[in-house]
Amino acid sequence: MRLQAYIEERKKEKDLLVMAHVVCGYPSFEDNLQELTIMADAGVDLVELQFPFSEPSADGPLFVKANEESLKSGTTVDQCFDFMKLASEKFPFKILMMGYYNTAFRMGEAIFVQRIKDAGGVGYILPDLPVEESTNLHALSEKAGIEPIILMTPTSSDKRLAVLGKASRGMVYAVARKGVTGSKTSMDEDVLGLIARCKKHTQVPIGVGFGISKKEDLEFLRGSADLAIVGTAALKTWESAGPEGLRAFFSELMS
Amino acid sequence: MDIFDFSDGREGYYGEFGGVFLPEILHATIEELLVCFRECKADPKFWQEYVSLLQNYSGRPTPVTHLENLSRQLGGAQIYVKRDDLNHTGSHKVNNVMGQGLLCQRLGKGRVIAETGAGQHGFATATMAAKFGYDCKIYMGAVDVARQRPNVFWMENLGAEVIAVTDGQKTLKDAVNACMRDWVTNMADTHYILGTACGPHPFPEMVSWFQSIIGMEAREQMLKQAGRLPDRVYACVGGGSNAMGIFQGFFDDNVELVGCEAGGHGVGSYMHSARLAYDDASVGVAQGYKTYFLQNDQGNMNETHSVAAGLDYIGINPIFSYLWEQGKVRFEAATDVEVKEALKLTMRTEGLIPALESTHAFVTAIKEAPTMGKEEIILINQSGRGDKDIFTIADALDDAKWKSFIDGKADQYRAEKN
Repeated sequence: MRLQAYIEERKKEKDLLVMAHVVCGYPSFEDNLQELTIMADAGVDLVELQFPFSEPSADGPLFVKANEESLKSGTTVDQCFDFMKLASEKFPFKILMMGYYNTAFRMGEAIFVQRIKDAGGVGYILPDLPVEESTNLHALSEKAGIEPIILMTPTSSDKRLAVLGKASRGMVYAVARKGVTGSKTSMDEDVLGLIARCKKHTQVPIGVGFGISKKEDLEFLRGSADLAIVGTAALKTWESAGPEGLRAFFSELMS
Repeated sequence: MDIFDFSDGREGYYGEFGGVFLPEILHATIEELLVCFRECKADPKFWQEYVSLLQNYSGRPTPVTHLENLSRQLGGAQIYVKRDDLNHTGSHKVNNVMGQGLLCQRLGKGRVIAETGAGQHGFATATMAAKFGYDCKIYMGAVDVARQRPNVFWMENLGAEVIAVTDGQKTLKDAVNACMRDWVTNMADTHYILGTACGPHPFPEMVSWFQSIIGMEAREQMLKQAGRLPDRVYACVGGGSNAMGIFQGFFDDNVELVGCEAGGHGVGSYMHSARLAYDDASVGVAQGYKTYFLQNDQGNMNETHSVAAGLDYIGINPIFSYLWEQGKVRFEAATDVEVKEALKLTMRTEGLIPALESTHAFVTAIKEAPTMGKEEIILINQSGRGDKDIFTIADALDDAKWKSFIDGKADQYRAEKN
């Protein structure tokens, strides 16, 4: 099932889906597996698997460290794809590749798309690849039946949102605020305004990410967004409170 | 040739290199910058204001010096040097920074950020910010902060805040990432003063434009002083801004252009920053643009090394990747050891103290001059001066008397504390 159909299917049962995030190989693939098990048990609907990159310039301090440590411990692209395959077979949620464009560029765009497909992934998020540079990759993805996730942001003009909306497939990732991953976002009128503006320009479901860390944030988004995207808060919890802490975090978040 | 005429190709591309690879959140900011830059470039008054600022504040035009002693000693080509080391703050970096300072006024932004490697670009930016009244934050790799304290000292005393970046290799590329992270947060009131001709369009074009003043002056000066154009022009290449600056004066002439990269520990050592002179780099996309990077087969960046912090960088100006593939610029590398020898020779024979970065250009020129005829002429861009690098150079030369002086200073500070 392709991403948009999957989201719409899940939305029949609940009004707000949750997408979570892990950095492949950090702290280790064994830890990743435990994290994913907890996420699956809690009913997480989508997971982005971040392939570590040496220059993660759109990420905040915690993910920067995670990227760096993962690479230091020897994580390879092959291992990330193997892990994606394992996870997509083992868990009910759908999986997106998340990373930086150079990972795709180096192996070749066609191979990149094929490998995601073979590993059971349904799409990818490449935050440093603008739509202007995506023509070939988007065409390959369309053919393979996987989705490039477009980001819409508070600084995007309506004209720009129209361009982005046209390219959007599967879902849109609405960036709740300026800045990098991992800082707090105040859930306010600005976020609702952004979602409303995004909706004017795309028919696909809208996920909201950046700074989402607690149940109240989800309550706030319920009814306007289709998905809440939780990244740094989960990793922070894993680091400070381990598996039990993460289990409590997700059960509280999704109760 | 006009490499900045994009009417036949893609805006911001030089062959397959360049482009804009940035998070969507910066799209509007980079568009705004591009529009403003196009206005400035089309406005002759802007360039006049820029030139007059550099004349009155930084001592332009910088002279060209004929190195008669060194030329005689090497017994080959006549060596001339463009003296951009004589700029205020001690390097060519001030050209770009003053230009972007003026542009920032037009943007109406009150805060500037910059990355710095050796500290020269940070120093120049802090100087400009003090003059123009901008808030200023400089990101510098923690490794570079440790090896370039004098520049950090000046930046801080000029009123800038210096942030030691502890991510990654803790050098120039990590400082660039830190700037990107600041920029995606604060773009509304902040202009990113990128220090070299790298990064997303329009930075390579914009920085090259401001630095083209070096080549314009040098061309005229050579005609006047030597009676003709040089046969070869040498410049060191980290990101490539000083080389772009001087080369642009000779693009349409029958002049061989030679870029000199940091060979570090040499071929096969994997401890260098030679993207084009050695075979270790491949095409990739990082830090906002597509070019040759020193990276592995997974697309992750390799460790780089150079005795010169300002050349210690993974990527190269996309314009050079293109010109190199076209055979229009030749690239050579100079090792750390060769740099030390050339620096000693230049100091003793000519009384010039080029920065370690610029000395890379001297190495290649000194190697090639003896193979050329006495009637031939070469021009080296001395992009920065070495006297402010006294700590690094003293280390590089392993100077015992300097070390005992520092020991004495340390004793004095310890005594004051107690």
